Amino acid sequence: MTPSSSLALLRRDLGLSLARGGGPVLAAGFFLTLMAMVPLSLGPEAQTLSKIAPGLTWLCLALASLLSLERLFERDYEDGVFDLLRTGPLALEWVAFLKCLAQWLGTGLILSLMTPVVMILLGAPVGVAGWALVAALIGSFSFALIGGAGASLTLGSRKGGVLIALLVLPFYVPPVIFGAGLMQAFVTGAPVSQALSLLCAYGLFALALGPIAMGAALRSALN
Amino acid sequence: MIISWLANPERFSKVFAPVRPWVAGLSLVLFVWGLYLCFVSPEDYQQGDTVRIMYIHVPAAWMALFTYLVMGVASFFGLIFRHALADAAAKAAAPIGAVFTALALITGSLWGKPMWGTWWEWDGRMTSVLVLFLFYIGYIALHASIEDEQRAARSTAILALIGLINLPIIKFSVDWWNTLHQGASVFRPGGPTVAPAMLWPLLMMALAYKALFVWLWLIRIDTEILSRKYNGLRARLGFREGGA
Repeated sequence: MTPSSSLALLRRDLGLSLARGGGPVLAAGFFLTLMAMVPLSLGPEAQTLSKIAPGLTWLCLALASLLSLERLFERDYEDGVFDLLRTGPLALEWVAFLKCLAQWLGTGLILSLMTPVVMILLGAPVGVAGWALVAALIGSFSFALIGGAGASLTLGSRKGGVLIALLVLPFYVPPVIFGAGLMQAFVTGAPVSQALSLLCAYGLFALALGPIAMGAALRSALN
Repeated sequence: MIISWLANPERFSKVFAPVRPWVAGLSLVLFVWGLYLCFVSPEDYQQGDTVRIMYIHVPAAWMALFTYLVMGVASFFGLIFRHALADAAAKAAAPIGAVFTALALITGSLWGKPMWGTWWEWDGRMTSVLVLFLFYIGYIALHASIEDEQRAARSTAILALIGLINLPIIKFSVDWWNTLHQGASVFRPGGPTVAPAMLWPLLMMALAYKALFVWLWLIRIDTEILSRKYNGLRARLGFREGGA
């Protein structure tokens, strides 16, 4: 596990996810479009919107995190990059983690930065911004890792995208609950520590199990 | 020991083929006896006759969890020890578990209407069981979408193992979120709080469900073995796999 090859891989993947243009712009655009549809479908009453703003923002964050999963491993799997990486010095688990990290830096980070803005636009109190950002950072990072596990499982299957969504969304439920719960706790003045520690626990769970699952799935796909 | 001994498909079929009719008969007897008990058991002082839904609903919910646990254990053996039949066992259990879960959700909904005044309530227990149902669907869809049998088995095994995390969430959801669905009243420290007159039919039905599961499971594993053998023969004879 050499730092230079890890850095090289991270830089390559980050470059790919940014250069293709699709990554961050597409995810951010999708996120904004979803949010713009909320007042259109539910009516623009400020009272209703401010009540559901935190939960809805989290839901849209989860959906927007799904978008780029299909391309996470698929391209490198098809053109044989993974066969090269496998013979290289890095463990497949670590490779998968770095790819998720690059993916997150490319899209998840931007979505997280947008989360407090969007939440406030929908009518959440301005004071919520700090916690919203922290929670969104943890949440989107665990989305990236768990989503990566889903993406690696469907490698080489016939219907990638929809299947990934079906597999991954149930696993996105806990962070959505805890993240939205944290916002709710903040708004009502209750202590945020419980929701925050549950969210962190989920993030650590994703961090510990995600790479192992991805490594096993990639190995099985490459055989 | 016995698990690795049974890894041979021929041996498995030979051992369990004579057992299956007995399990089927046992299940039938238990169902007849259990259903009889359900109808002669006393009405609930609050719920009246609707309490009888419990005898269908609760065992189905237990089986929904139990089947997923079976799938998880079988996946573990398949993935770690490359046990040949464990893959077939996990795959065979999935649709049965999905049906049990659907049954638990539907009967719960039918029971909820007269008792709680609502078909559905987004409380912790119901939501987490619905998520369990989605896991089953995802598992089946993933298995169906990967053509190579071994790869499909490995990918779904990983999925099943990750999904095990949902089981404790379901079990403790009624304690963590204090909501509409009642807490555990049979398997709890200090013994069951259900009256004996209702506990007996419930346990009888639970055993009947379990026997039914074992029967269906054995049939499905055997079918899986046969279809593998069939595909193997076709491949050897030069047919394309899955082709007409």
